[in-house]
Amino acid sequence: MEVILIFISAVLVNNFVLSYFLGICPFIGVSDKIESAVSMGFAVTFVLTLAAAITWLINRYILIAFNVTFLEYVSFIIVIASLVQFVEMFIRKTSKTLYDALGIYLPLITTNCAILGLALFGALREYSFIQNIVFGIGAGIGYTLALVIMSGIREELDLADVPEPLKGAAITMIIAGLLALAFMGFA
Amino acid sequence: MAKIDRGDTNAKRRGFSEFAKGFWKENPILVMLLGLCPTLAVTTSAINGLTMGLAVVFVLTGSSLIISVIRNIVPKQVRIPTFIVIIATFVTMVDLFLKAFFLDLSKALGPFIPLIVVNCIILGRAEAFASKNKVWFSLLDALGVSFGFTVTLVVLGGIRELLGMRTFFGMNVLGEGFEPWIVMLLPPGAFITLGFMLGAKNLIDIRMKERKRG
Repeated sequence: MEVILIFISAVLVNNFVLSYFLGICPFIGVSDKIESAVSMGFAVTFVLTLAAAITWLINRYILIAFNVTFLEYVSFIIVIASLVQFVEMFIRKTSKTLYDALGIYLPLITTNCAILGLALFGALREYSFIQNIVFGIGAGIGYTLALVIMSGIREELDLADVPEPLKGAAITMIIAGLLALAFMGFA
Repeated sequence: MAKIDRGDTNAKRRGFSEFAKGFWKENPILVMLLGLCPTLAVTTSAINGLTMGLAVVFVLTGSSLIISVIRNIVPKQVRIPTFIVIIATFVTMVDLFLKAFFLDLSKALGPFIPLIVVNCIILGRAEAFASKNKVWFSLLDALGVSFGFTVTLVVLGGIRELLGMRTFFGMNVLGEGFEPWIVMLLPPGAFITLGFMLGAKNLIDIRMKERKRG
């Protein structure tokens, strides 16, 4: 039951982009076409799920076990960077189509704060292993959802008459604000 | 002798422009749109914005200094992981410092202090500037960019605090007659305020360009 709650909360109520402001940079950068938004969303979901599992294991069996939690940030970021690298190599060797779809987005994910944020939130809230993985999947789906909605709106925006100074990033921010307002309805 | 003097003034002028560009022309938030996650998340009040800004000043200056010093020793292939580890070390120092001396602020900022590690401003400056320039210019660049970041955060936090709680740095400014806009403290307020700040900056730039043209 609690697992379902964590999932729904991560997808809708505490959406990573719209209420925790995690992963905003690619959210603004990649969200101008629906296709790239979907690819980016899947890449992030994939890495989030793997990272949730691995950082949980590291936190429990290395950091807490040896009482070196002050190394949390250094070890998490190294794990995430190498995980992304590893995933990229693995996908390139195994699936050409998947690599073409996700390829260029994967390196960007290392510096996506959503991944490190997930690891930190997971450690902070002391989730169990299963809960942490569900949290990761939920956060990824929520991220994809926000990205796809945003890109859908931005595709239409090309036809709209936006005041000159607000063109580009400014109007994107304001739209994100309205989206966040809408998502608050789930809370 | 005269030649050396000219070199000196040139270096001074360049030093100043490396410092000053961070405030307006290459403002990390308003122009380069970097480091938006902490920008939006912590600016519910001016003091939170200031703390975050100063934390970034420390991390960016420290890591730029070290990266610039070791830039010729680090092999190209492993430079990004090296930079990240250096940055993460400085972030851990800030985090422990805040936990030791300013526990309330540390709690208010929550996981966003550790998230400075993946703040693209820091890695961006490391990669684009500190790894290619001499120590002195890297230091000035880091100071300029991070203080530009801080000022922007204080303005954003100030606007949100003023409209959301009628206060500025905790002082009551607007008085009891003003009904606080709670939404300014919530996520939507952050996005919308930043959106209008970006718009205002564009507007000022357009006006200045027009005036220059006559």
